Amino acid sequence: MNLATIYNIFIRDFRKQKKRITLTLVALAWGTISIMLLLGFGEGLHQQLSINRKGMGEGIVILWAGSTSLPYKGLPKGRELAFTADDIDYLKASMPELAEVGGEYSRWGVEVRHGNSVVSEHVTGITPNYETMRNHIPEMGSRMVNELDMQQKRRVAFLGDELKNRLFGDEDAIGKQIFIRGLPFTVIGVMQHKMQMSSYSGHDLNKVSIPLTTFEAVFGHRYLNNIIYVPTDLNNMAAIERRIYEVFSAKMRFDPDDDRAISVWDTVAGSREFTNILFGIKLFLGIIGGLTLLIAGVGVANIMYVSIKERTREIGIKMAVGGRKSYILAQFLIEAFIITFVGGFGGMAVSYILTEGFQRIPIESDVLDFMGRPTISLEIGLVVIGILGIMGLVSGLFPAMKAASVSPVESLRYE
Amino acid sequence: MIEMKELRKAYTTGKVEFEALKGIDLSIKHSEMVAVVGPSGSGKSTLMNIIGCLDVPTSGEYRLEDDPVNEMTSNQLADIRNKKIGFVFQAFNLLPYATAYENIEVPLLFARVSGKKRRERVNELLARVGLADKAGNKPTEMSGGEMQRTAIARSLANDPDLILADEPTGNLDSKSGGEIVKIFHELWSAGKTVIIITHDMNIAEQAQRIIRLKDGLVEGNGNLA
Ligand SMILES: Nc1ncnc2c1ncn2[C@@H]1O[C@H](COP(=O)(O)OP(=O)(O)O)[C@@H](O)[C@H]1O
Ligand SMILES: [Mg+2]
Repeated sequence: MNLATIYNIFIRDFRKQKKRITLTLVALAWGTISIMLLLGFGEGLHQQLSINRKGMGEGIVILWAGSTSLPYKGLPKGRELAFTADDIDYLKASMPELAEVGGEYSRWGVEVRHGNSVVSEHVTGITPNYETMRNHIPEMGSRMVNELDMQQKRRVAFLGDELKNRLFGDEDAIGKQIFIRGLPFTVIGVMQHKMQMSSYSGHDLNKVSIPLTTFEAVFGHRYLNNIIYVPTDLNNMAAIERRIYEVFSAKMRFDPDDDRAISVWDTVAGSREFTNILFGIKLFLGIIGGLTLLIAGVGVANIMYVSIKERTREIGIKMAVGGRKSYILAQFLIEAFIITFVGGFGGMAVSYILTEGFQRIPIESDVLDFMGRPTISLEIGLVVIGILGIMGLVSGLFPAMKAASVSPVESLRYE
Repeated sequence: MIEMKELRKAYTTGKVEFEALKGIDLSIKHSEMVAVVGPSGSGKSTLMNIIGCLDVPTSGEYRLEDDPVNEMTSNQLADIRNKKIGFVFQAFNLLPYATAYENIEVPLLFARVSGKKRRERVNELLARVGLADKAGNKPTEMSGGEMQRTAIARSLANDPDLILADEPTGNLDSKSGGEIVKIFHELWSAGKTVIIITHDMNIAEQAQRIIRLKDGLVEGNGNLA
C-alpha cells in the first residue's frame, strides 16, 4: 500500500466532491449540536432544580405545636399547645436519632431601618444550626449567627440578600448598623443568594435573622413558632415521628396518638417525589436525545447512502482503470474519518461556544435561576460523535466495501 | 497475446442461471486489429469484460501473454487493468466530478507516476486526442465525441499493449464516431493490439479479422482479405 498514492487520490477527490462532503459534515455537526445543546440545557435544568430544592434545607422536618383533639389524663381536649426554647434541648437530649435540632421565633411587620431606608419586614430568632439545616449560608467575608452570639444575646443580624439590597443597595453591609424596632444591631452576615422553591414562613431572602436568645430579650416572645430537625437516618422517618409524639406527650401532656397535638411537615417525603420528577425529566431528555440522535444518524446515513449509487460507479471506474481494492477502501475510510472528526468535533466546539456564550450573558433573572446553566458533557459528546460516526461509516463504508469486492463490471452496472 | 479455451460464463439472476458464453476458443496475436460483431445479447460485452479482466469466467482457461488470468489475485488483476490493458466503454465511464485532465490522470495515480511525469503524460495524451483546449472541462461540459476521446486518452495513460473498446461509437454521431475509429486505427498502426466490438460493418471491415458471436459461441473466425 502506497500512502502517497492514497493521499493524492484522496485530496483530489475530496476537493472535487465538496458539496456532498459539506452536506455530510453539516448533517453530522448539526446532529451533534442539537443533541449536545438539548442534553446540555437539560443537564443545566436538572442541576438547577436539584440546587433549588435544597434552598429551604435538605432532609429537614418541621414541627408546629397544635391543639389537642383527645382528652388526656383528665385534661380536656381542645387545649392549645406551644413549644418553648427549652424544647429544642429537650428533644435533642431525648432523641439521639436526631442529628440536629433547631427552632425559631418569628415576627412579621417589624420596622427595620438603615439610614433613610425603612422597611417593614419579617424578623426571626434562630439557632446557629440554621446555617446548615436551613441553608442560611453567609456570603464570602461574612458569617451566620453563632453560639457565642446566642450565649451573650448579642444584637447581631444576618440579612437575606434581597433585604440587604433594599436597605443598603450596592453598599457593603457587613459591620454596619441597622435598627430593628429602634434598637441598633450590627450586620454580621448576608445570606448567599439561593433559589428557594418551598417555604413555611416566607422566603429567606427578605428576612432578618437574629440569635434566638436576643429575639426573646427584644420581643419578649415565650413560644417558638416551630422546631425543625434533621434525622440521622432518612429512611426511618415514620418511626422517628412516632417517637416525637411520645417524647412530647410526656412533657406537654397529650395523648401520643393525638396527631393534632403536633403537626409535622416531613420534607423528605416530598423530596422523594421530587427525586422522581427529576428522574422523569432525565428520562424524558434521554428519550428525546435518543430520538434526535436517531434522526441525525438517519440523516447522515441517508446522505451517505444517496451518494452510493454515484460512488459505486466511481468505485467501478477506478477499479476498471487499475485501482486496487485497498486504495479505494482507504480513500473511503479516510474520508469517513475526516467527516466524522471535523463534523463531530466541529459540532461539539460550536455547542461549547454556544453554551459558554449563554453562560456569559450577564442577566440576573428568575428564569435563569430556574433554567440553570447549560453544561456540555464531553462524555455525551464523544458518545454522540461515536454513534453518528459509526452510522455514517456503516452506511457509507459497507456499500463501498461491497462495491470494491465485486468485479468492476458489476459496480459499473450498478443502478 | 490472448489464448482462450472452452471459456464459459454463466450469470445467475435469482434462481435462473443463464449461460452467456458457452465455450469460447479464441486466439488473438500481438498487434492484431480484431472486430467482434454479433447480434445484441450474443455475449460480446461479456467476452470483452473477461478479456479486459473486468470480470472472471465461470470456467475455462484464459491466458494473457501466457499468464493464467484465472489464477490471479484481485491486486494482480488491478495492476493488469492499470498497465497492460486500456478499456474504452460505450458509456464513457468518466468520473463526473473530474475534468478531462483529472480523468486521464487517474490510472497514472494508481501507477504511482510522479507529479511532474504525470503532468507531462496527461498533456501529451490530451494533445494526442486533440483535446488540449478542453483539459479543464468536466464531462457535462463536453460533447460525446470529446468524452470518448478523453476516455481513450485515459485508456492509453500507462501505454498498454492491448486496447479494448466495447461499442465505442455506439453513443456517437457518425462524424465523431469516424474520428474515434481513426484513433483506434492509428493505435493499431503504432503496434498496439486493438479489439473493437461494433455493430457498424464499415468499422468492422477496417479490422484485420472479424470474430462473429452468436448465442455465446464463436460463429465465424475469418480473416478479411
Ligand atoms: N450481469 C448480468 N446478469 C445476468 N445476465 C446478464 C448479465 N450481463 C449480461 N447478461 C446476459 O448475457 C447475455 C449476453 O450479454 P452481453 O454480453 O451484454 O451481450 P452483447 O454485448 O452481445 O449485447 C444477454 O442475454 C444478457 O441479458
Ligand atoms: Mg454489449
